[in-house]
Amino acid sequence: MMQFMLLFSRQGKLRLQKWYVPLSDKEKKKITRELVQTVLARKPKMCSFLEWRDLKVVYKRYASLYFCCAIEDQDNELITLEIIHRYVELLDKYFGSVCELDIIFNFEKAYFILDEFLLGGEAQETSKKNVLKAIEQADLLQESQSEDWGSLPNEEIL
Amino acid sequence: MSDVVEKTLTALPSLLSLDSQPGSAKLSSSSKLGNLIRGITELTSKHEEEKLIQRELLLIKEQVSSPNTTMRQMKELMVRAIYCEMLGYGVSFSYIHAIKLAQQGNVLEKRVGYLAVSLFLNEGHELLLLLVNTVLKDLQSTNLIEVCMALTVVSQMFPKDMIPAILPLVEEKLNHPKEIIRRKAVLALYKFYLIAPNQVQHIHNKFRKALCDKDPGVMSASLHIYLQLIQENPEGYKDLAPSFVTILKQVVAGKLPMDFNYHSVPAPWLQIHLLRILSLLGKSDQSTSEIMYEILDESLRRAEMNHNITYAILYECVKCVYTIHPKSDLLEKAAKCIGNFVLSPKINLKYLGLKALTYVVQQDPKLALQHQMTIIECLDHPDLIIKRETLELLFRITNEQNVTVIVEKMLDFLQINKDDHTTIDLVGKVAELAEKYAPDNEWFIETMNTVFSVGGDLLQPDIPNSFLKLLSEGFDSVEEDKKLRLFAVNSYVSLLEGGPSKLPQRFLQVICWVLGEFSHLREDLEPDVVLRMLAKLLDMKSSSSETKCWVLMAMTKLCSGGAALALVQDVSETYSSSLDTMLRQRAQELQILSQDSKLQAKVLPRSASMEPVEVDSSLSFLDGFVSEALAAGAAPYKPPHQRQEELSRSKALNMEPYGLSLPIGMSSCSVTDRQSPTLLSISSGLSGDSADFSHKGSSAALKLDGVKRLWGRDGYLAKKEAAEEAPQVEAASPVRSPSQRGDTDGSVSQTPTPECDQEKQQLASSLFVGLATQSSVCLMGKSEPTSQRFRRKPKASGGSEPMSNPLASPSDGADNVLPQNLLDSSDLDVSSPEQTHGLPQDPDTPNGSCTAEEESADPMAEPSAHEDLDRSRDSCLSSHLPAELSALSHSEITSLCSNQSLDVSACHVQREDSVVLVVFVSNRSDFCLQQMRLQVQSEELEVSCASDCPSEELKSHSVAVCQYLLTVQRPSVHFDLSATVSWQLPAGSPQTAPFSYKLPLTGFIRALRLSTEEYGAMWLAYSHDTKLNLTLMDDDQDPLAATLHVLKRKLQLHVVEIIGVEAIVACCLQQDQPCLMHCRVHAGMLAVWLRSPVPDLPDCLLYHCQRALQEP
Repeated sequence: MMQFMLLFSRQGKLRLQKWYVPLSDKEKKKITRELVQTVLARKPKMCSFLEWRDLKVVYKRYASLYFCCAIEDQDNELITLEIIHRYVELLDKYFGSVCELDIIFNFEKAYFILDEFLLGGEAQETSKKNVLKAIEQADLLQESQSEDWGSLPNEEIL
Repeated sequence: MSDVVEKTLTALPSLLSLDSQPGSAKLSSSSKLGNLIRGITELTSKHEEEKLIQRELLLIKEQVSSPNTTMRQMKELMVRAIYCEMLGYGVSFSYIHAIKLAQQGNVLEKRVGYLAVSLFLNEGHELLLLLVNTVLKDLQSTNLIEVCMALTVVSQMFPKDMIPAILPLVEEKLNHPKEIIRRKAVLALYKFYLIAPNQVQHIHNKFRKALCDKDPGVMSASLHIYLQLIQENPEGYKDLAPSFVTILKQVVAGKLPMDFNYHSVPAPWLQIHLLRILSLLGKSDQSTSEIMYEILDESLRRAEMNHNITYAILYECVKCVYTIHPKSDLLEKAAKCIGNFVLSPKINLKYLGLKALTYVVQQDPKLALQHQMTIIECLDHPDLIIKRETLELLFRITNEQNVTVIVEKMLDFLQINKDDHTTIDLVGKVAELAEKYAPDNEWFIETMNTVFSVGGDLLQPDIPNSFLKLLSEGFDSVEEDKKLRLFAVNSYVSLLEGGPSKLPQRFLQVICWVLGEFSHLREDLEPDVVLRMLAKLLDMKSSSSETKCWVLMAMTKLCSGGAALALVQDVSETYSSSLDTMLRQRAQELQILSQDSKLQAKVLPRSASMEPVEVDSSLSFLDGFVSEALAAGAAPYKPPHQRQEELSRSKALNMEPYGLSLPIGMSSCSVTDRQSPTLLSISSGLSGDSADFSHKGSSAALKLDGVKRLWGRDGYLAKKEAAEEAPQVEAASPVRSPSQRGDTDGSVSQTPTPECDQEKQQLASSLFVGLATQSSVCLMGKSEPTSQRFRRKPKASGGSEPMSNPLASPSDGADNVLPQNLLDSSDLDVSSPEQTHGLPQDPDTPNGSCTAEEESADPMAEPSAHEDLDRSRDSCLSSHLPAELSALSHSEITSLCSNQSLDVSACHVQREDSVVLVVFVSNRSDFCLQQMRLQVQSEELEVSCASDCPSEELKSHSVAVCQYLLTVQRPSVHFDLSATVSWQLPAGSPQTAPFSYKLPLTGFIRALRLSTEEYGAMWLAYSHDTKLNLTLMDDDQDPLAATLHVLKRKLQLHVVEIIGVEAIVACCLQQDQPCLMHCRVHAGMLAVWLRSPVPDLPDCLLYHCQRALQEP
């Protein structure tokens, strides 16, 4: 089972975090800080797998973003790399040639896609088509409702 | 999907096209979130960011709590709050609003609300309780998207205690027409199983239904549950193995819909899941493994495409092949696969190849030999991860011949490594290797010095502990012990002279202890000098108060005879007023003992650290206090293990059988017990048990056919020499003389190769030396015990080394078996499997006790199926029993050792007050044996010779009988007797053969007849006690009586009295050492409490009670 997934930039800024095991905020911060440091210190041609504390860490860099997953001892490292890859493919298809900015500005969408792809740390739907279908259906609902509410006065306080 | 959505879809075609436009999602960048993000990126310092976010958070806080905020605005606020949280700022004020949003918002707002909840809250957060009603409502919604959202959040987190509230609804969803709902429901149940397995205990049949779902997605999801279930209890799901194999066959054959393909590989996630399940089911189960051979072969064959995903499947296949019951051609293919990984230019595959190699190297050391050059290259790899994994591999193949090179490589790595976790792990491994294979004292002490210096204070505490234990207990010979200790003292004195301030605290503590204990061994070293050195440590700023305690203790040991009295007085005065209580205590001790050398000698006798200290562990002096408290209504004390047991029993059904509880004294904690975190699922202690080993050997043997041997036992060998070397390898002795090894090494370096290669080859030959020895030993079907330099408490120290016998060459092994068989055939016993099993397979190891143990474990046991065979030997030898013993019951006579000259058998006879060991030595040769001598000894037993062999000569085909009186010195579950027999043939050199005999404690237990009053008086007087719950015998009428009857029959216990559900029982160990037992039936178990004045006796006896009740 995947323990957590982190997305961070080359500058070490966290872009997405999903924890599948209950940890305290303090622990999460500590792990994130240490892991980001460790991964960023590695050179491009190095191995994508780390043994880090008691976990196995699998990471891969796509453009300016690092995707980093922690898995358990008996889990398969290579298939985890493919999980990362499939997630990137999903983001790419959804946003249309995805870039870091898409994820920064629409991180909630990135979370929705992730939740449809992985559930509770396990891959639940690996078909690109099916994941995006589920997301788009929910999105459509959003658009339809904004349409309905379009005529309402804007009540923003600020 | 849902009707609503589908309607919307048709009604709004324009929006559909808008949404599918690339980049349409970027619209929100003009929102407030966008402004916030842009604001942050424009900032230059962390401080400015902090200020901005704090302002933002204040704003959000104000808005979320305002009653005028709409849900739509709330949704936007939540997104901003999530963003701030990701940046590391606390947004706990918004948690409750996230829940509210999930509760009250429309579908879209709800979606963000649920997302915020799942990101903000942990499983155990109390606010989650407020979510239960929302989830309940949404699970019943007609809108499928709402149901999906509820199931998604439930699969990520849900309060354990509230599971029953929603379980029926989730179960219901398993029958939902939509696949996506069923799949999510299965995953929700998986989550429930993980956090509260007992809550879903009753719906295991629903899991089966999910497994049989017509949609592969749902079936696939159910495998998560099955993987978990099978991991916990593989036995319970063996019946499913054929189904899993069928599923995998269909997947591999591409029978699933195209949707499941990933880069044109059919359902790789599903394949890997199934392979993991199969390897769990097939582990050490031949018949189940056989079902899966075909599909594994197919998977290995199919996965040949050059893509990451096929490598993932291959890797899982290889792990599976090596985990299940071995099949030679599959192993061969898997080995080839590993080879491809190791040789791959892709670094990820190389890493996994090394990992797989580490995983299998103990089963198949030859594989490491094949790739030795690659391994050497990896050792110098710039990526530390690769280097680290290579060291892990080398660690697994370390033996006494390559230990120095491998440890050197590990220490090199430690110098550059910066990760604490790795350092701790590696340092532990170095210590383990050093202890096991150290070639000499000097190397051992120096290596341990490095371990202590590098490991520093991160070091696992058991490393210094076992090091000190090793020094104090010693090993083979007194002389060697002294040398080792002296070397340690010398080394530490020079370390202290050279400036101790850089040494870690733990190391200083070790140094203090060793100097305190052993510095007297160095005669030219005055105690004054050592005391002064130690005193310097006290003045160092860096010394912790714990270290100071160790210093003071060492000084206390050294201060006898008025050495440096002024200094000692000074020190003790300084620390007598310390704020640290421990230090004060030590200082007081030092002060008093330094002035009274008689008392000092009594309290701290020299070199007595290995003597056991009498500790009244049961605190019997508190019995009065306890009984008063009990009378006053206090709850009786339960030991932690019992509490734990009761707790776990009340929580969940225990699926695992209760293990036999071993007496505390038996569980030795040592460095070897520590397992590496990278260890894969197979158990792989360095010294595998012999049964395991021979089984692995057979698989290695199968594969050797037709494989050209390019690699010799001593590592890399040039090709031209391979032909000459190979036959020699097969015939050579398992232990090679140094000169022989030198020859091989020499020839390697002579081969004309470029210099760099030559260097590597030399490294290879030093790293892989002795590896093939191991495999060739396997070929011969023998298990060679790993020779350990620092063996703790040698069991068979019969005085003469068996290997020192010039005649005992390995070829003896074959010779020995042959005459034995011939002799057996003359006795018409040749076909007896029992008999052959009983033969010592390796004359060089003290063996032969394996049958002896089985047979003597229960002297009262019914005769086995081989009754008549044993009888014949029994009756033949029992006629030789001395007259005074022949009337008494004796254990079966077991053969302990036999070779072409003689045959040693033994049995033990239970006399009323003692146990007599009777050894029969039969001369089976045609010559008269001369100077025949027997030596028997044991650690726990006192062995006194009751009647020695009548003469030192033993005529051809005659039997000599010796008797030994056995007295228990220290109770133990089983007693091992190690013995040697030595003799001389008329025209030959003296020969010796070791053998051992094992007898259980029960042989020494006698009934103790006393009255209830006497029992009561004795009970209070005894201090050593132990308690445990035992299983009751099945008996409808009176389980207590039935259980006691079994104990009485098997262990000869005396039942003093039975009162209702309680009973008191007594026995004694050779009359003067009583053990009392109190039994009470409680909750279907027999709560047993044993007490005795003898330490360890209750524990050992309890073990036998447990066994007596478990055996049919």
